[in-house]
Amino acid sequence: MATLLEAKGVSRAFGGVKALDGCSLTVEKGSITGLIGPNGSGKTTLFNVMTGYVKPDKGTVLFDGNDVTNARPNKIFALGVGRTFQLTRIFERISVIENMLVATQRDESWLRGLTRSKSSPSELHAAMEWLDFVGLARLASMQAGSLSYGQRKLLELAYVLVADPDVILLDEPAGGVNLTLINEISEKILALNKGGKTFLVVEHNMEFVMKICNKITVMHQGCDLVTGTPAEVRNNPQVLDAYLGGSDDEFDQAVASG
Amino acid sequence: MSKVKPSLWALGVVVLALFPLIVTNPTYTTIGVDTLMFMACATSWNMFSGYSGYVSLGTGIFFGCGAYTMALISTHAHMAGGIAQFWLIPLAGVVAMVVALPVGAIALRVRRHTFVVITIALFFVFQLLAINASFTGGAAGISLPLIPWLAAYFNLPFYYIALAMVIFATALSASVRRSRFGLQLLAIRDDEDRALGLGVRVTAVKITGFVMSAFTIGMAGALYAMFQGQIYPQFVFDPTFDITVALMAFFGGFGTLLGPLLGGLILESSQQYLTLTFSNGSLYLILFGVLFLIVILFMPQGVVVRVSQLWARRNLKRDATPPSDVTPTAEATAIAGASH
Amino acid sequence: MAESTAFLRFEGVVAGYGGGDVIKDVSFDVPQGGVTCIVGPNGSGKSTLLKTVSGLVRPRLGQIWFKGTPLVGLTPREILKLGVVQVPQNHSLFREMTVEQNVELGAFLIRDRKLIAQRLKNVWEIFPIVAERAKDKAGSLSGGQQRLVEFARSLMLEPELIVLDEPSMGLDPKTLRLVFETIKTMNKVGRTVLLVEQNARQALRMSHFAVVLENGLLRLSGSGSEVLNNPEIGALYLGGSIHASPKQAAS
Repeated sequence: MATLLEAKGVSRAFGGVKALDGCSLTVEKGSITGLIGPNGSGKTTLFNVMTGYVKPDKGTVLFDGNDVTNARPNKIFALGVGRTFQLTRIFERISVIENMLVATQRDESWLRGLTRSKSSPSELHAAMEWLDFVGLARLASMQAGSLSYGQRKLLELAYVLVADPDVILLDEPAGGVNLTLINEISEKILALNKGGKTFLVVEHNMEFVMKICNKITVMHQGCDLVTGTPAEVRNNPQVLDAYLGGSDDEFDQAVASG
Repeated sequence: MSKVKPSLWALGVVVLALFPLIVTNPTYTTIGVDTLMFMACATSWNMFSGYSGYVSLGTGIFFGCGAYTMALISTHAHMAGGIAQFWLIPLAGVVAMVVALPVGAIALRVRRHTFVVITIALFFVFQLLAINASFTGGAAGISLPLIPWLAAYFNLPFYYIALAMVIFATALSASVRRSRFGLQLLAIRDDEDRALGLGVRVTAVKITGFVMSAFTIGMAGALYAMFQGQIYPQFVFDPTFDITVALMAFFGGFGTLLGPLLGGLILESSQQYLTLTFSNGSLYLILFGVLFLIVILFMPQGVVVRVSQLWARRNLKRDATPPSDVTPTAEATAIAGASH
Repeated sequence: MAESTAFLRFEGVVAGYGGGDVIKDVSFDVPQGGVTCIVGPNGSGKSTLLKTVSGLVRPRLGQIWFKGTPLVGLTPREILKLGVVQVPQNHSLFREMTVEQNVELGAFLIRDRKLIAQRLKNVWEIFPIVAERAKDKAGSLSGGQQRLVEFARSLMLEPELIVLDEPSMGLDPKTLRLVFETIKTMNKVGRTVLLVEQNARQALRMSHFAVVLENGLLRLSGSGSEVLNNPEIGALYLGGSIHASPKQAAS
């Protein structure tokens, strides 16, 4: 599989704290890559660097071979990379459906936006379909700010997906989300992946990660520690010690079945 | 998009239209003209600042440019005072937009907190220019051609043109709110970086909104110049104008459609009326102080938002025993668009 | 309304945030001394229910009794004084202050310095990991460790009821286990725990009592294992069995 998105030797410090220290990561086209690691190991910072929200002190980010290290978020988005945020970022004061519609405007010329009404029927339909999938359809006209934390997470997922990017970076999509819904989401991700979409997922929910990812990179203190298949990672003693902390029945079952 | 039914809007227009025909005293109709002008300016200001969250305190730039456009062309083209000058009003609006383009390009490079300061700074640049440049007549100002209308009817044309401006500004603001462009402004207000990350052409959208808001304000300035017959740089480039317009929108409801109209209506008319009645030019400041205290303490999101919240709560209580499953509609979102 | 001798009782609670009711009619008792878990889909009102207990949200109908005292209408501070402490969902530590200072802040209602010092000593014993980092800036700890500091802080007032809103959120597997262990410990030293958890299966395993909230209404209540093993609930909200598809189980 060809490498689609790549970070090479990325370093970034905030004040005196080294969030990233020579970190490298490759995401192959058509894969579902997992990024796991303890809190504070730099996962979100790496995401931020790869999507243009933070500039690295050292290192490069490549998309399809092109250098996008210093590209702004809109440029990255235009290339077809969408992402969600760990601390959900939604537009609080507009409604749920309007949040979705902001994301469907990707190819619109801004000038035409003056005369165009908020949405075309097809956009509205696509938006409602995604809202239905995440279970927020009945809340479509509610102000987004009144959603619970889990619902915000789901809204963010929905609007990133409705924008239809080729590469999707998910930062803790399962956090605070109901377990059954997580299963449905993982199935959806697998289906989208079969349809050609590439995923990079940061998650603590090991069941989720092991179930869908075909490759996992483990981060530790700003650097990539181990990369391999789920089974390899699961049995790696360094990973066990730093992150997974011992055995868990369900967990082992998940790995065994996945 | 407002919770207020179209029939109520129509009623409001009718009431305003009939006002000068019922209250014919020119003193009061003058207050009417001033009030309508402020309502139009506040609505136009809100169309950019309220929706995008970029509070501009340089509105006076456009007002002043509009006024000077009217004054300079009237005098240099040796126009006769009267109806012919009305044609300059839309032109003044266009001039204001042309000025807004470079001003916006400079000021909107920065984020909203710095933006406020830059608009103030740019405003003073214009004020200084007006006071010192030769072509503007300097500090002595400009006298416009005399308008030979009867005193009893003098105010009427101005009043109705001002009313037309209010209707235009409101319709434009409503139309923006409903459009894709308006949605992008609102997204920028809530999370500019996120909007950028979703492909919104943030800079282009902001500048467009800024330029659009300048149009009505420029027209208001031109109307003012014609109405007064005489303009001085410090009165048409007046920093308190900037603040007043912003306060009216905040008072009524920042980001709402009805808010700036209500704010302009209440604040301007009461200010003028008090100045008149008590022949003390500063009494209105005490009233304003009290009013603002009340607003900040009890309705920080503005009058309109508070009233609609209380109304919604009343409706909930009315469906007392079965707990209601009221999900607020998008209209409620528009009304509740003020900051948390 | 008759006074209640239940430890914590929800009676016909209806609550929301002004835009509509989130909690539509909830009544149940929380038994003293145990761990009670509230589970349910996103947006069912779990967080809102917790906030009615700590006074952050005022129910518009109904009453909440804590050891016979009605809570509706009391300020959060008054409820705190009654012995109810909540650890909120979001990180709530002061990042620039030390761990010790943050924990001490938990005792802000106590004036007696000696008592505060005593309580601090007790807390260090329960949380040795936190005690180790006592002099470090709270912001320098990992998310999971910060969570433990918040727990430590909540114990300073020696509350009878601890309310936890999604304590495991955002934590890696190792810390997650530690957090659940800590909750068990807090319960063992005598606190009643009421928690909302999306990591429902693990939480239910250590809960004595559980309640399923759905759309603002109580769907089911019972012991932790009853709810955990209920097949319908399992399919709908607990992710089902790891191997079976939830859609199959639900139909």
